[in-house]
Amino acid sequence: MNVMVDVPPSLRRLCGGEVELRASPGSVADIVEELSRRFHGLGSRLCEHDGSLRGSVLVLVNDEDIRFLESRSTTVRAGDKLSFVPAFAGG
Amino acid sequence: MPLADDDGMPCTGGKEGMKMSESQGFMKSLKCRECGRDYALEATHVCEFDFGPLEVSYDYERIRAVLTREAIESRQRSMWRYRELLPVAGEPTVGRQVGYTPLVKADRLARRLGIRELWIKNDAVNYPTLSFKDRVVSVALSRSVELGFKTVACASTGNLANSVAANAAAAGLDAYVFIPHDLEQGKVVNSLVYGAKVVGIRGHYDEVNRLCAEIAGKYPWAFVNVNMRPYYAEGSKSMGFEIQEQLGWRIPRHTVVCMASGSLLTKIHKSYQEFSKLGIVPATPWKIHGAQATGCNPITQAQKAGLDFFKPQKPNTIAKSLAIGTPADGFYALKVMKETGGHGEDVTDDEIREGIRLLAECEGIFAETAGGVTVGVAKKLIAHGKIPADESAVLCITGNGLKTLDAVVGHVGEPREIRPSLREFEGLLTSMTGALATA
Repeated sequence: MNVMVDVPPSLRRLCGGEVELRASPGSVADIVEELSRRFHGLGSRLCEHDGSLRGSVLVLVNDEDIRFLESRSTTVRAGDKLSFVPAFAGG
Repeated sequence: MPLADDDGMPCTGGKEGMKMSESQGFMKSLKCRECGRDYALEATHVCEFDFGPLEVSYDYERIRAVLTREAIESRQRSMWRYRELLPVAGEPTVGRQVGYTPLVKADRLARRLGIRELWIKNDAVNYPTLSFKDRVVSVALSRSVELGFKTVACASTGNLANSVAANAAAAGLDAYVFIPHDLEQGKVVNSLVYGAKVVGIRGHYDEVNRLCAEIAGKYPWAFVNVNMRPYYAEGSKSMGFEIQEQLGWRIPRHTVVCMASGSLLTKIHKSYQEFSKLGIVPATPWKIHGAQATGCNPITQAQKAGLDFFKPQKPNTIAKSLAIGTPADGFYALKVMKETGGHGEDVTDDEIREGIRLLAECEGIFAETAGGVTVGVAKKLIAHGKIPADESAVLCITGNGLKTLDAVVGHVGEPREIRPSLREFEGLLTSMTGALATA
């Protein structure tokens, strides 16, 4: 079983229009690396030049912000959901 | 879509089902605040290249030629008297009466807080739903109509829901509002009454907004604080424009602003920059201070630690309208405070209630919990000398206390009951005043 990855609208063009992708279980950093290899241009959208995740994108594992977990080292298991969401405004 | 792709080729056109406005008024483009790429003036809010937020850019040279003090003063007293600096292509169609709320000289509160001069910008009486959100919604819905939307929506901590519901009803638009399920009853009823479809989400605001980001990607709706956010946020500038005009065309030395996402603070700063850049006010120095509740203080915590990034939090405060643990504009709010020499401060729930009472007892203004945060933080900043006692400050009050009664019930006393008897009344009067009053 794979990890399910939610693709936000602003990244779908780079991912062949897919709304959801499958990836191998591992750390968040591992999965970002795998997706970056598979989809040209995706890595530079998600990461700064030094490889760290951009501050303007929220990364969630099963709807939990990874900054409350173990950040890029957070383990994502088979069947878990990984989401990338642009930071949002007030209301 | 960006106006130029990586290879420099121009990209134009909107999403299916939307139309590009034929005239763009004084707007030039949407610009990424991170990388500076330009985007067409569509319903979109993040840069495709780095997830940076998009912001409206204007043709300031053309604006300079037409926007003068005299032109502004000749217009109706509403936020739209500054229309060249607001992001609509033509005349506004929604909320034409919004804004131009009172700027109250608060002498009694100034004495209580120990400062020479104090002003209250009172958006607790903004039209029509008694919060500053009517400003941003007026802009967002006017622009939504221009872009051809029939359905509008929002993720909200309450005030925005009220404003979207009311303004959409007045404009004949369908409205969906998404709120945390545990909001104050006043704010829930104030959305339902206008006929909006209200959806309570069993989660906190950050989760509501996350869901709305997904819904906005699937349904062709104008989400005012998601895909319409670049336009929506600009409406907040009108509060700053009004402050400058009402002070006699000058920038206040100190401004205290409450922070949820941090957007209002950055837009008030932008309003001071724009008016001074256009020569409408003298370019005097200003400081903008940010206020949060201690139960949700990611921005002020970072500011006090000298950081330019924040750690997200899970909110736990009575100031629900400020309960955003992952503030989208937190980084930019920190930048504004640093650039202007402002400070961040936060207050506990008890201090919030005390702030509400201080404002009410001194100035007759009943603010919601966010207003209690602003007053409480101003009190601390003045006491600590961060706002010097011999200077002048403006406090931005953003919402009405009638919406958050739950937060103060049981903390402001109870009425005293007597039988309809003069003797009983005089006995009560003696107990209340310590002496028998004489006529």
